[in-house]
Amino acid sequence: VIGLWSVPLLFALPLALGILSLLATPAWRPRTIFVGLPLLATASIGVLAGLVRDGPSVYALGDWLAPLGINLVLDGLAVGMILMTTLVASLCAVYARVYLRDYPAATSFFWPLLWFLWAGMNGIWLAEDIFNLYVGLEVMGLAAVGMVALRATPQALAAAMRYLLAALLGSLAYLLGVALLYVTYGTLSMAGLHEAATANPTTHVALAMIILGLLLKTALFPLHAWLPPAHGGALTPVSALLSALVIKGSFYILLRMWLVLGPEVTPVFTAQLLGVLGAGAVFYGGWMAWRQHQLKQLVAYSTVAQIGYLFLFFPLVTGTGPEAARLAWDGTLMIVISHALAKGALFLSAGNLILAVGSTQISHLVGISRFRPMSLFSFGLAGISLMGLPPSGGFTGKWLLLHSAILSGQWWWLIVLFLGGLLSAAYIFKVFRMSFREGPQIDRSVTPPLTLDVTALILASLAILIGLTAHLPLFWLRLGSVFGAG
Amino acid sequence: MSGSLVFAWSGVLLFGLGLFGFIVHRHLLRRLLAFNIMGSGAFLVLVGLAQDGRGVDPVPQAMVITGIVVAVASTALALVVFRRWYRTSGRTDLPEDT
Repeated sequence: VIGLWSVPLLFALPLALGILSLLATPAWRPRTIFVGLPLLATASIGVLAGLVRDGPSVYALGDWLAPLGINLVLDGLAVGMILMTTLVASLCAVYARVYLRDYPAATSFFWPLLWFLWAGMNGIWLAEDIFNLYVGLEVMGLAAVGMVALRATPQALAAAMRYLLAALLGSLAYLLGVALLYVTYGTLSMAGLHEAATANPTTHVALAMIILGLLLKTALFPLHAWLPPAHGGALTPVSALLSALVIKGSFYILLRMWLVLGPEVTPVFTAQLLGVLGAGAVFYGGWMAWRQHQLKQLVAYSTVAQIGYLFLFFPLVTGTGPEAARLAWDGTLMIVISHALAKGALFLSAGNLILAVGSTQISHLVGISRFRPMSLFSFGLAGISLMGLPPSGGFTGKWLLLHSAILSGQWWWLIVLFLGGLLSAAYIFKVFRMSFREGPQIDRSVTPPLTLDVTALILASLAILIGLTAHLPLFWLRLGSVFGAG
Repeated sequence: MSGSLVFAWSGVLLFGLGLFGFIVHRHLLRRLLAFNIMGSGAFLVLVGLAQDGRGVDPVPQAMVITGIVVAVASTALALVVFRRWYRTSGRTDLPEDT
């Protein structure tokens, strides 16, 4: 019973809290997390319990049947994304409650936007039809743009505007693709499309529109230009939410679409092209991250690079054997989740370091290791996962992708994985080299509140822990997918 | 069939025109208008293509209504951000826009 109640709660609750917090006075708005976080955590555990006990299922909202009603899908992938969102967003919310005390103007609108963002994301993870994916994408995207604009400086407003234009263009292209698919097959349901889809020109045009739109929203190289100013320039908890979770929303839709349309429709050439763009993102993003002088810009370019790894999924599952495809699925999802944890931790700890030295410049971090070892330790733990060193989640993900590439005989992706790891090491160590250097400039630092350090450390530790216990999440994530387990 | 395709092709034309305007123009209001024209094009494709003798299909119409709501909300948000941007920077376009 709890399992069934949790499903609608997952997006009805954040929506309700979003509206309630808009009605409340600014002082009351942060307090919505006392209701929201425990309830959402309970609901997330509820759907996980439902999945473990009953296996994957489809939930008809209000017992209305599709196409008039809305169906929600509860398979391993959806539940995994929900748990990831609850975990990362809750910690970011706790962080934000303390961090935003210095930004009284921003704090009153952060909370409604956070709840709308959360509702949009949960809507995407649960959607069973491609039109509700569009609605979720828009709710999430508009809330994210609002969050980028919170700082209200000219730079933040320009970044928000650029982000908004890219997001609008992307979602219209996606919508046109959805329209073509509906007209061709007369259904919006993913299960229906999976059965009906065949290779024909209309489907390929629709697929092309959907891919282009989603690539723009996921900021895959060379469509990434909007990401670094938006993610790097936002308030720290916003940066963490955007980089860790929001870009996964559009990637998740692409992943679902690719599997829904199936191997007959999805061309190997397109898959290889997506892989090549991913490789370009890994190299370009890593190189640009290494060249940055501002700490948060470095972390933002690191996101551009890490997005690239996710796109190795497509060449590794298209036209390869079942074993290679299954490894690619496991590896990609491991990277999705561990990147969410690690990038959240990296942004939060970078924010703590910036608070400590009072400057966003990497060169001003000289000597900080003596004063803020804990912030630096979180930064390092998260860095280990991003570099892909054992025993982190990033390592497990890359290791699985590496196996998949060897099994399918596509050795060229190994170069991407190897050089990408080296580039990540280069930009992470750039920060470390500065912080361990002894310099006369700084002889004291501001001590950020303990909560800020603790939330960053929890996220960073989880990014390592998930690598040690990878078999369990991976088993659940396979439930109900075409790579089904057991 | 040809009657319904007129609407669909007009939609494609509008979408293309809007896309052209979106890419060519630098003034943010013009880009926003171009986005709205693209949106209308997409809605016209959706409604126009679905009417091919199967009678009136309510699903695309419901989708278009939802789409219009989304477009209105996006336009409102874009206008608010644009107005703040104009007030703080005095510019009507984005810096170093290529």
